[in-house]
Amino acid sequence: MLSQRTIESFVGLFLLMTIIALSVLAFKVSGLTSFFQPIGYNVSAEFDEIGQLKVRSPVKIGGVVVGEVSSISLDPVSFKAIVKMHIDSNYKEIPNDSSAGILTAGLLGDNYIAINPMYSQSFLKNGDTLTDTHSAMILEKLIGQMIYKLENGGKNSDKSDKGDADSSHSKDINHEKN
Amino acid sequence: MFTQITLLGRWGIDTLQELGRAGVLLFRVLFRFPNLKKGFPLTLQQIYAEGVLSLLIIVVSGLFIGMVVALQGYHTLEKFGAAQQLGPLVALSVTRELGPVVTALLFAGRAGSAVAAEIGLMKATEQLSSMEMMAVDPMHRVIAPRMWGGFFSMPMLTIIFNAVAIYGAYLIGVKWLGLDGGAFWSNMRDSVDFHLDVMNGVIKSVVFGFVVIWISVFQGYSAPPTSAGIAGATTRTVVYSSLAVLGLDFILTAMMIGDW
Repeated sequence: MLSQRTIESFVGLFLLMTIIALSVLAFKVSGLTSFFQPIGYNVSAEFDEIGQLKVRSPVKIGGVVVGEVSSISLDPVSFKAIVKMHIDSNYKEIPNDSSAGILTAGLLGDNYIAINPMYSQSFLKNGDTLTDTHSAMILEKLIGQMIYKLENGGKNSDKSDKGDADSSHSKDINHEKN
Repeated sequence: MFTQITLLGRWGIDTLQELGRAGVLLFRVLFRFPNLKKGFPLTLQQIYAEGVLSLLIIVVSGLFIGMVVALQGYHTLEKFGAAQQLGPLVALSVTRELGPVVTALLFAGRAGSAVAAEIGLMKATEQLSSMEMMAVDPMHRVIAPRMWGGFFSMPMLTIIFNAVAIYGAYLIGVKWLGLDGGAFWSNMRDSVDFHLDVMNGVIKSVVFGFVVIWISVFQGYSAPPTSAGIAGATTRTVVYSSLAVLGLDFILTAMMIGDW
């Protein structure tokens, strides 16, 4: 039988290993950020349609992540979605006439908010609202509109369109072969 | 015909009675005045016996399970040109399912059977009765520390298993199969959520640890005081614990995915 002191130190070592493993899981594997929210400021924006945007979706400028979505709610009067964003304090000088749009990463990827900076000399502050917004594009809606247009207008040009599409397709294949 | 119905009825009553005894045992461990000064060192001894001594088997099997999941996953994902998604595949399957379940099964085999055999033998050699003679409560001295030890050890073992398995997958994916290390970790970080994936796995392991150690302690405590009785108790511990873990895993997963 080991002495109580040895046992205690082994158990302490065991606990230490657990803590190290947990912090590896937290920071290396799951990228936990919400324990300590980075210092920054909050900005909100109203959208007609947010698509699949979720809390913790990234906010990007020119593809670089500058913050994340902190909450999503619905305005009970205007029925617009109010999206609150938390922006990192490293990016203080975003012009306050910038526009925000909801884009999709890749064809089927997750939604994110893209901010397009404009040229105003005054900058976004905590609690500001972005007024110029572009809603998310809903793929089903676009397909619906396209089918509607094809059915109503493009019957004559249909064949030539198809021909074009085919030829470009075969070009692509040739290109790949080369 | 009539005797068979009688047997069925007796079996039902026996099962209910056993469940009731297990409940009483749990009640006597949980709802009594805790004696921290005496109980804490005893619990530490049991964490050593059930946790630290299980560490070797947990680490080795974690490493190999992570490695084999990575190898299998790579060959399947490569067919779809999605080998970069190996990190998320391994991390999600390990933290959500494999980690808690495999650790619980190993824990039942390594620590649970040992606890059941130890308590069973203590009972068979009348050590428990002699403790009562000396006015030492065996619940206090023997049962409760083993239960708390298992309850605390199991989540810690699971967390270590998860980290080691992911490291094993990293060894195979990045060091051997030549995936890009940065993409491996950053894809993993993008799709693994700390609360939804890692913490839910830990919650599962807490439940499994509780159930496994409860079954072990009860089987040991209620074993007939013979050598065959102790053998039966160890066997039943492993069988019942494994079944309980796999069944509960399904229920817990359904609860966690369905947002109950």
